[in-house]
Amino acid sequence: MSVKLTTRQVGDVTVVDAVGRITLGDGASTFRDTVRDLAAGGKKKLLLNLAEVSYIDSSGIGEMVSGFTTVSNQGGQVKLLNLTKRVKDLLQITKLYTVFEVFDDEASAVRSFT
Amino acid sequence: MADHDGVASQTVEELLESTLESVDQAEETVLRLATEMGFDEDEQHRIGMSVRECMVNAVVHGNRYNTRKKVHLTVSRTAGRLEIVVGDEGSSFDVSKLPDPLAEENLLRQSGRGLLMMQAFMDEFQVRPRQPLGTEVRMVKYLGESIKEA
Repeated sequence: MSVKLTTRQVGDVTVVDAVGRITLGDGASTFRDTVRDLAAGGKKKLLLNLAEVSYIDSSGIGEMVSGFTTVSNQGGQVKLLNLTKRVKDLLQITKLYTVFEVFDDEASAVRSFT
Repeated sequence: MADHDGVASQTVEELLESTLESVDQAEETVLRLATEMGFDEDEQHRIGMSVRECMVNAVVHGNRYNTRKKVHLTVSRTAGRLEIVVGDEGSSFDVSKLPDPLAEENLLRQSGRGLLMMQAFMDEFQVRPRQPLGTEVRMVKYLGESIKEA
Protein backbone atom coordinates (compact mmCIF):
# COMPACT_ATOMS: atom_id res chain seq x y z
CA MET A 1 0.00 0.00 0.00
CA SER A 2 1.31 3.41 -0.94
CA VAL A 3 0.68 6.47 1.17
CA LYS A 4 -2.67 8.25 1.47
CA LEU A 5 -2.52 11.88 2.50
CA THR A 6 -5.42 13.99 3.69
CA THR A 7 -5.21 17.57 4.89
CA ARG A 8 -7.24 19.56 7.39
CA GLN A 9 -6.93 23.04 8.86
CA VAL A 10 -6.55 23.68 12.57
CA GLY A 11 -6.46 27.46 12.78
CA ASP A 12 -3.69 28.53 10.44
CA VAL A 13 -1.89 25.20 10.73
CA THR A 14 -2.35 22.60 7.99
CA VAL A 15 -2.32 19.10 9.42
CA VAL A 16 -1.37 16.39 6.93
CA ASP A 17 -2.59 12.98 8.05
CA ALA A 18 -0.53 10.28 6.38
CA VAL A 19 -1.51 6.61 6.19
CA GLY A 20 0.62 3.84 4.64
CA ARG A 21 4.19 3.67 3.37
CA ILE A 22 6.43 6.54 2.26
CA THR A 23 8.93 4.72 0.05
CA LEU A 24 10.66 5.03 -3.29
CA GLY A 25 8.06 5.17 -6.04
CA ASP A 26 4.47 6.22 -5.46
CA GLY A 27 4.64 6.94 -1.74
CA ALA A 28 7.59 9.32 -1.76
CA SER A 29 6.45 11.17 -4.89
CA THR A 30 2.90 11.57 -3.54
CA PHE A 31 4.34 12.99 -0.36
CA ARG A 32 6.63 15.37 -2.27
CA ASP A 33 3.84 16.62 -4.54
CA THR A 34 1.45 17.20 -1.64
CA VAL A 35 3.95 19.22 0.39
CA ARG A 36 4.99 21.27 -2.65
CA ASP A 37 1.37 21.96 -3.61
CA LEU A 38 0.56 23.09 -0.09
CA ALA A 39 3.60 25.37 0.01
CA ALA A 40 2.76 26.77 -3.42
CA GLY A 41 -0.78 27.43 -2.20
CA GLY A 42 0.51 29.52 0.67
CA LYS A 43 0.25 26.88 3.39
CA LYS A 44 3.42 27.46 5.32
CA LYS A 45 2.64 25.92 8.71
CA LEU A 46 2.62 22.19 8.08
CA LEU A 47 2.17 19.53 10.73
CA LEU A 48 2.82 16.02 9.41
CA ASN A 49 0.88 13.43 11.37
CA LEU A 50 2.74 10.15 10.86
CA ALA A 51 0.79 8.05 13.38
CA GLU A 52 -0.44 5.68 10.67
CA VAL A 53 2.77 5.52 8.67
CA SER A 54 4.04 1.99 8.91
CA TYR A 55 7.20 2.32 6.88
CA ILE A 56 9.54 5.07 5.65
CA ASP A 57 12.67 4.29 3.66
CA SER A 58 15.62 6.56 2.86
CA SER A 59 13.76 8.00 -0.14
CA GLY A 60 10.81 8.87 2.10
CA ILE A 61 13.15 10.44 4.64
CA GLY A 62 14.72 12.38 1.78
CA GLU A 63 11.35 13.72 0.71
CA MET A 64 10.58 14.79 4.28
CA VAL A 65 13.85 16.70 4.39
CA SER A 66 13.22 18.18 0.96
CA GLY A 67 9.76 19.33 2.05
CA PHE A 68 11.25 20.83 5.20
CA THR A 69 13.79 22.77 3.12
CA THR A 70 11.21 23.94 0.57
CA VAL A 71 8.82 25.26 3.19
CA SER A 72 11.59 26.74 5.39
CA ASN A 73 13.03 28.60 2.42
CA GLN A 74 9.63 30.25 1.97
CA GLY A 75 9.56 31.34 5.58
CA GLY A 76 7.39 28.46 6.77
CA GLN A 77 7.71 25.60 9.22
CA VAL A 78 7.31 21.82 9.00
CA LYS A 79 6.87 19.81 12.19
CA LEU A 80 6.19 16.16 12.91
CA LEU A 81 3.44 14.59 15.02
CA ASN A 82 2.86 11.11 16.46
CA LEU A 83 5.88 9.19 15.23
CA THR A 84 5.86 5.42 15.56
CA LYS A 85 8.83 3.85 17.31
CA ARG A 86 10.25 2.70 13.99
CA VAL A 87 10.13 6.19 12.52
CA LYS A 88 11.63 7.61 15.71
CA ASP A 89 14.47 5.10 15.37
CA LEU A 90 15.09 6.30 11.83
CA LEU A 91 15.23 9.93 12.92
CA GLN A 92 17.71 8.96 15.65
CA ILE A 93 19.91 7.01 13.25
CA THR A 94 19.93 9.81 10.69
CA LYS A 95 20.27 12.59 13.31
CA LEU A 96 17.20 14.27 11.89
CA TYR A 97 15.87 14.67 15.41
CA THR A 98 18.12 17.73 15.43
CA VAL A 99 16.31 19.12 12.37
CA PHE A 100 12.62 18.37 12.94
CA GLU A 101 10.54 19.43 15.91
CA VAL A 102 8.59 16.35 17.01
CA PHE A 103 5.37 16.24 19.07
CA ASP A 104 3.20 13.55 20.58
CA ASP A 105 0.24 15.85 21.18
CA GLU A 106 -1.57 17.67 18.37
CA ALA A 107 -2.78 20.62 20.44
CA SER A 108 0.74 21.33 21.72
CA ALA A 109 2.13 20.97 18.23
CA VAL A 110 -0.41 23.43 16.79
CA ARG A 111 0.31 25.95 19.55
CA SER A 112 4.05 25.73 18.89
CA PHE A 113 3.82 27.34 15.45
CA THR A 114 4.78 31.00 15.39
CA MET B 1 20.87 -29.57 4.04
CA ALA B 2 22.26 -29.38 7.57
CA ASP B 3 25.32 -27.62 8.91
CA HIS B 4 27.86 -29.07 11.35
CA ASP B 5 25.60 -28.38 14.33
CA GLY B 6 22.85 -30.39 12.73
CA VAL B 7 20.74 -27.28 12.31
CA ALA B 8 19.09 -26.77 8.95
CA SER B 9 21.08 -24.49 6.71
CA GLN B 10 20.01 -23.14 3.38
CA THR B 11 21.30 -20.96 0.59
CA VAL B 12 19.05 -19.27 -1.93
CA GLU B 13 20.44 -17.62 -5.05
CA GLU B 14 18.39 -15.39 -7.35
CA LEU B 15 19.28 -13.51 -10.52
CA LEU B 16 17.05 -10.46 -10.56
CA GLU B 17 16.07 -7.91 -13.18
CA SER B 18 17.08 -4.27 -12.68
CA THR B 19 13.58 -3.16 -11.75
CA LEU B 20 11.85 -1.93 -8.62
CA GLU B 21 9.72 -5.10 -8.68
CA SER B 22 12.94 -6.98 -7.90
CA VAL B 23 13.21 -4.98 -4.68
CA ASP B 24 9.93 -6.50 -3.49
CA GLN B 25 10.99 -9.96 -4.66
CA ALA B 26 14.30 -9.81 -2.79
CA GLU B 27 12.63 -8.56 0.38
CA GLU B 28 10.10 -11.38 0.19
CA THR B 29 12.81 -14.03 -0.24
CA VAL B 30 14.91 -12.73 2.64
CA LEU B 31 11.98 -12.23 4.99
CA ARG B 32 10.76 -15.77 4.34
CA LEU B 33 14.05 -17.14 5.62
CA ALA B 34 14.25 -14.61 8.45
CA THR B 35 10.78 -15.58 9.61
CA GLU B 36 11.60 -19.28 9.49
CA MET B 37 14.71 -18.60 11.57
CA GLY B 38 12.64 -16.92 14.28
CA PHE B 39 13.59 -13.25 13.96
CA ASP B 40 10.95 -11.17 15.71
CA GLU B 41 8.80 -8.57 13.96
CA ASP B 42 11.08 -5.62 14.71
CA GLU B 43 14.15 -7.48 13.51
CA GLN B 44 12.30 -8.57 10.38
CA HIS B 45 11.48 -4.92 9.75
CA ARG B 46 15.16 -3.93 10.06
CA ILE B 47 16.32 -6.79 7.86
CA GLY B 48 13.63 -6.06 5.28
CA MET B 49 14.45 -2.36 5.20
CA SER B 50 18.17 -3.12 4.78
CA VAL B 51 17.44 -5.44 1.88
CA ARG B 52 15.21 -2.84 0.23
CA GLU B 53 17.81 -0.09 0.60
CA CYS B 54 20.50 -2.37 -0.75
CA MET B 55 18.39 -3.52 -3.69
CA VAL B 56 17.37 0.05 -4.55
CA ASN B 57 21.05 1.03 -4.62
CA ALA B 58 21.85 -1.91 -6.90
CA VAL B 59 18.96 -1.26 -9.30
CA VAL B 60 18.98 2.55 -9.34
CA HIS B 61 22.59 3.59 -8.70
CA GLY B 62 24.49 0.44 -9.70
CA ASN B 63 22.72 -0.94 -12.74
CA ARG B 64 20.83 2.30 -13.46
CA TYR B 65 17.73 0.32 -14.51
CA ASN B 66 19.73 -1.20 -17.39
CA THR B 67 17.70 -4.22 -18.51
CA ARG B 68 20.86 -6.02 -19.68
CA LYS B 69 22.34 -5.89 -16.20
CA LYS B 70 21.23 -8.16 -13.37
CA VAL B 71 21.22 -8.04 -9.60
CA HIS B 72 22.74 -11.09 -7.91
CA LEU B 73 21.10 -12.00 -4.60
CA THR B 74 22.46 -14.72 -2.32
CA VAL B 75 20.81 -15.41 1.02
CA SER B 76 22.34 -17.98 3.39
CA ARG B 77 21.01 -19.14 6.70
CA THR B 78 22.86 -21.20 9.23
CA ALA B 79 22.23 -21.63 12.92
CA GLY B 80 21.32 -18.16 14.17
CA ARG B 81 23.03 -16.36 11.30
CA LEU B 82 21.48 -14.80 8.22
CA GLU B 83 23.82 -13.56 5.49
CA ILE B 84 22.63 -11.49 2.54
CA VAL B 85 24.84 -10.63 -0.43
CA VAL B 86 23.60 -8.25 -3.12
CA GLY B 87 25.76 -7.67 -6.19
CA ASP B 88 25.20 -5.34 -9.12
CA GLU B 89 26.90 -5.01 -12.50
CA GLY B 90 27.49 -1.27 -12.44
CA SER B 91 30.57 0.77 -11.68
CA SER B 92 32.20 0.12 -8.32
CA PHE B 93 32.62 3.01 -5.92
CA ASP B 94 34.67 3.95 -2.88
CA VAL B 95 32.44 4.10 0.20
CA SER B 96 34.98 6.23 2.05
CA LYS B 97 34.54 8.98 -0.53
CA LEU B 98 30.79 9.30 -0.01
CA PRO B 99 29.59 12.35 1.96
CA ASP B 100 28.98 11.65 5.65
CA PRO B 101 25.18 11.92 6.04
CA LEU B 102 25.59 12.74 9.72
CA ALA B 103 27.85 15.75 9.15
CA GLU B 104 26.12 19.01 10.00
CA GLU B 105 26.49 20.33 6.45
CA ASN B 106 24.87 17.18 4.99
CA LEU B 107 21.88 16.78 7.29
CA LEU B 108 19.55 18.51 4.84
CA ARG B 109 20.72 16.60 1.77
CA GLN B 110 17.88 14.73 0.15
CA SER B 111 19.79 11.50 -0.40
CA GLY B 112 22.72 9.50 0.93
CA ARG B 113 21.23 7.82 4.01
CA GLY B 114 20.71 4.29 2.71
CA LEU B 115 24.12 2.90 3.65
CA LEU B 116 23.87 4.49 7.07
CA MET B 117 20.55 2.75 7.71
CA MET B 118 21.89 -0.64 6.58
CA GLN B 119 24.90 -0.26 8.86
CA ALA B 120 22.66 0.63 11.78
CA PHE B 121 20.19 -2.21 11.24
CA MET B 122 22.56 -5.07 10.47
CA ASP B 123 25.26 -6.66 12.65
CA GLU B 124 27.85 -6.86 9.89
CA PHE B 125 28.03 -4.69 6.81
CA GLN B 126 30.64 -4.65 4.06
CA VAL B 127 30.87 -3.05 0.62
CA ARG B 128 33.43 -4.42 -1.81
CA PRO B 129 34.07 -4.54 -5.56
CA ARG B 130 32.34 -7.44 -7.26
CA GLN B 131 34.24 -9.61 -9.72
CA PRO B 132 34.30 -9.26 -12.67
CA LEU B 133 32.43 -5.97 -12.34
CA GLY B 134 30.12 -4.02 -10.11
CA THR B 135 29.67 -3.65 -6.38
CA GLU B 136 28.79 -6.25 -3.79
CA VAL B 137 27.23 -5.58 -0.40
CA ARG B 138 27.41 -8.24 2.29
CA MET B 139 25.19 -7.98 5.37
CA VAL B 140 24.82 -10.34 8.31
CA LYS B 141 22.21 -10.47 11.05
CA TYR B 142 22.53 -12.71 14.09
CA LEU B 143 19.49 -14.06 15.87
CA GLY B 144 19.22 -12.54 19.31
CA GLU B 145 21.45 -9.52 18.69
CA SER B 146 19.80 -6.22 19.59
CA ILE B 147 19.85 -3.11 17.42
CA LYS B 148 23.08 -1.16 17.62
CA GLU B 149 23.03 2.25 19.22
CA ALA B 150 22.60 5.02 16.67
